Amino acid sequence: MAKGEKVKEHPAIWFQASACSGCVVAALNGVAPSIRDLIVDQIAPGHHVSLRFQPTIMAGAGKIALEILAATEQAKDGYLLVIDGALPTAAGGMYGRAASASGESTMHQRALELASNATAMVAMGTCAAYGGMHAARPNPTGCVSVTEALAKAGIEKPVVNVAGCPPHPDWFTGTVGHALLFGWPTNGEVDAAGRPKRFFGKLLHDLCQRRGDFEAHKFAKSIGEPGCLYELGCKGPWTHADCPERQFNSGINWCVKAGCPCHGCVEPFFPDVSSPIYRKIELPELPRVVGDDAGQMRAIMRPQPTEEK
Amino acid sequence: MAKTTISIDPVNRIEGHLKVEVVVDGGEVKDARCSGQLFRGFELMLLGRDPRDAALLVQRVCGVCPVAHATASALALDAAFGLDGIPDNGRLMRNLIFGSNYIQSHLLHFYHLAALDFVDVSAAADYEGLDDRLASLRSFIGRGELAPYMPRYEGDYRLSKALNQQAASHYVQALEARRIAHEMCAIFGGKMPHQVGIVVGGCTENPTADKVGAFLSKLEWLRRFIDQVWLPDVLAVAEAYSDYFAVGAGPKRWFSYGGFDLETETKDLLKRKRFFPAGIVGADLKLAAMDTGQIAEYVKHSWYEDATSGRKPAEGETAPAPEKASGYSWLKAPRYAGDAYEVGPLARTLVAYAAGDAAVKKQVDGLLSRFNARPEALFSVLGRHASRVLEAQRLVDAMSSWAMQLKPGEPVCDWREAPESGAGMGVTEAPRGGVGHWCEITNHTLSRYQLVVPTTWNASPRDDDGKPGPIEQALIGAKVRDAANPFEIVRIIRSFDPCLACSVHMLTPNGGEIGRCRAT
Repeated sequence: MAKGEKVKEHPAIWFQASACSGCVVAALNGVAPSIRDLIVDQIAPGHHVSLRFQPTIMAGAGKIALEILAATEQAKDGYLLVIDGALPTAAGGMYGRAASASGESTMHQRALELASNATAMVAMGTCAAYGGMHAARPNPTGCVSVTEALAKAGIEKPVVNVAGCPPHPDWFTGTVGHALLFGWPTNGEVDAAGRPKRFFGKLLHDLCQRRGDFEAHKFAKSIGEPGCLYELGCKGPWTHADCPERQFNSGINWCVKAGCPCHGCVEPFFPDVSSPIYRKIELPELPRVVGDDAGQMRAIMRPQPTEEK
Repeated sequence: MAKTTISIDPVNRIEGHLKVEVVVDGGEVKDARCSGQLFRGFELMLLGRDPRDAALLVQRVCGVCPVAHATASALALDAAFGLDGIPDNGRLMRNLIFGSNYIQSHLLHFYHLAALDFVDVSAAADYEGLDDRLASLRSFIGRGELAPYMPRYEGDYRLSKALNQQAASHYVQALEARRIAHEMCAIFGGKMPHQVGIVVGGCTENPTADKVGAFLSKLEWLRRFIDQVWLPDVLAVAEAYSDYFAVGAGPKRWFSYGGFDLETETKDLLKRKRFFPAGIVGADLKLAAMDTGQIAEYVKHSWYEDATSGRKPAEGETAPAPEKASGYSWLKAPRYAGDAYEVGPLARTLVAYAAGDAAVKKQVDGLLSRFNARPEALFSVLGRHASRVLEAQRLVDAMSSWAMQLKPGEPVCDWREAPESGAGMGVTEAPRGGVGHWCEITNHTLSRYQLVVPTTWNASPRDDDGKPGPIEQALIGAKVRDAANPFEIVRIIRSFDPCLACSVHMLTPNGGEIGRCRAT
């Protein structure tokens, strides 16, 4: 940006639900834009995201942190809401407690309140997007995704799913940057699983460096061997993401390149259909998650909590 | 100051969801309660799966120290699979991935979690020099939107303006440093967080000269940062806040399981030759052997059914009782021979010091002589911060040697199908302290899985005898000057680097228990 031009400030709230903080740490690994661009400088030319509440990095704690959260929630201008983690609903939400300026609450309840006043939302990571590891069978805390919780509560908000366990930092900054520069993604710009097609539009299998080995039927039979990892359980033929092109940690490496079969961590079926991770999948029975089956896939993958009636 | 209760909820700039309540009377903390706010039931989700999946999936316990969980899990599985050691390349790459993440985690902790309690970033507001990081901060402050650095506690920032500016610049630079440490993990582990390289039997990557060269290049970058930036910053904070050498001692009992395997033939992990030695010490710094049979977990003050209290980890059970009146935390209270123990970098440093580790003695004695202090000064907020940077220095030396021991073209993994049955224990040291995984395999799948992790020790609530947990003990007796700006409380808590995600997910051996909890 040229010197002297005005930087527009966009208030944002990052709410952490039932999560591992991996999504936050992943966001710290951004290169261009970097985390410094995100926090201090500009996430996109002329735009700065003002992280009013971000529990991992914010200076304030306790009362003063909840006060700025409440002030941001109540402001007329709205805010971008980022949620990482799934929302525990079993036992009345008591497995995930969360404080607010008005008293004790639950993560589930707070997420719905925060969503009600948000301008738009990013479900950061596979747990927020689809339930992910926190909703893995037998889903003891009744975790649900952000979209499911909103639908059940009848709250309609634009939500983009930045999937991944955790997501590539570019997928997050690219999604937010796109929204600030060009507007919120249209229906045509996201897939049936709510993900930006820019990052999740292609089959990983089609982009993989080891695709040549697959075509030539050169398969690794054991961990550490060269060749396609299909027979070691690779879920690349089921998975939609640009990992092979983009690569992780400043473009250094990614799962299959490092000799580990893809486990489909960006998909609604992670982790329950992904495991056994190292067992070969049968290609003719490919579950399809793009297209109209996405909802059905999620239903299959998401065991309901077992609560005493 | 009249008697008052200070409730800090959420305690930010830690990992996860922690609430701390202290009762202050006459300017002194009389009582303290640490409360974990989230339960996840993680181990249940592993039951019935292919055992090999555990080392990958269990990392989702914690995105800050996933490698610690992958390592503990792989160690437990190595044992359960009956492996007689793993290939050296596998052992070395495990150490390199893990060691790189140690540095990442400790850097993140000092600069991005803890430093804002000591450093005033607003000192950059009228900066006029050429440091582009400070110029960025000046523009940021000039725009007037000060989140996430404001609001904050006010009234006790003691560094000079020049030192505040320098530390603020280093805060920004450390974002890059920790990213580089993660790049090192990715070289051998595929990606971070949630690397994919560590598996039962070894690792998945093949070491080659270009990878070793890239790793060492980044390691040397970090060595310079640690020696020339991080250590001087810790010393500057220690000089300005030297009273914190006498604040936050805790239970004065420490243990370390030991970590970073130097060989894998010895089956008993507590006897295996390791870079970090195993053992127990008290304030007299006399070393004793560690016995995992002395560990039990208590739940009288946790939201679990009382009938499950006092169990050993391998026999543990979890029956949540979210509304139990005597409970105040989702953490259980692990105790060793009935006592609360602190784990983490200070524990490792003291165990190694007591064991006569020459490198540790040199570092620690140098630090103590600089401050004209006795070893007791380490039992403190500043002792914990110093232990992290000193440990990072030692790990850099060790990793540069390990990387050179890799042998391109040699095996990386002893990969096998899961056995019909087996059991294993994996204990190692996470950045935050001792971590233990216990697994059992029946009919080729996981029939039991349990974790006892560092913050469960450090942030535990009271046990059945009413003895407070380590952070609670460190808080009780602390002076608080201003109840509206309780710097002392958060500095003590953060010196432990709590990781709540890790600590709240205890096991039940039979999947039914969770379903019986009271649904409200």
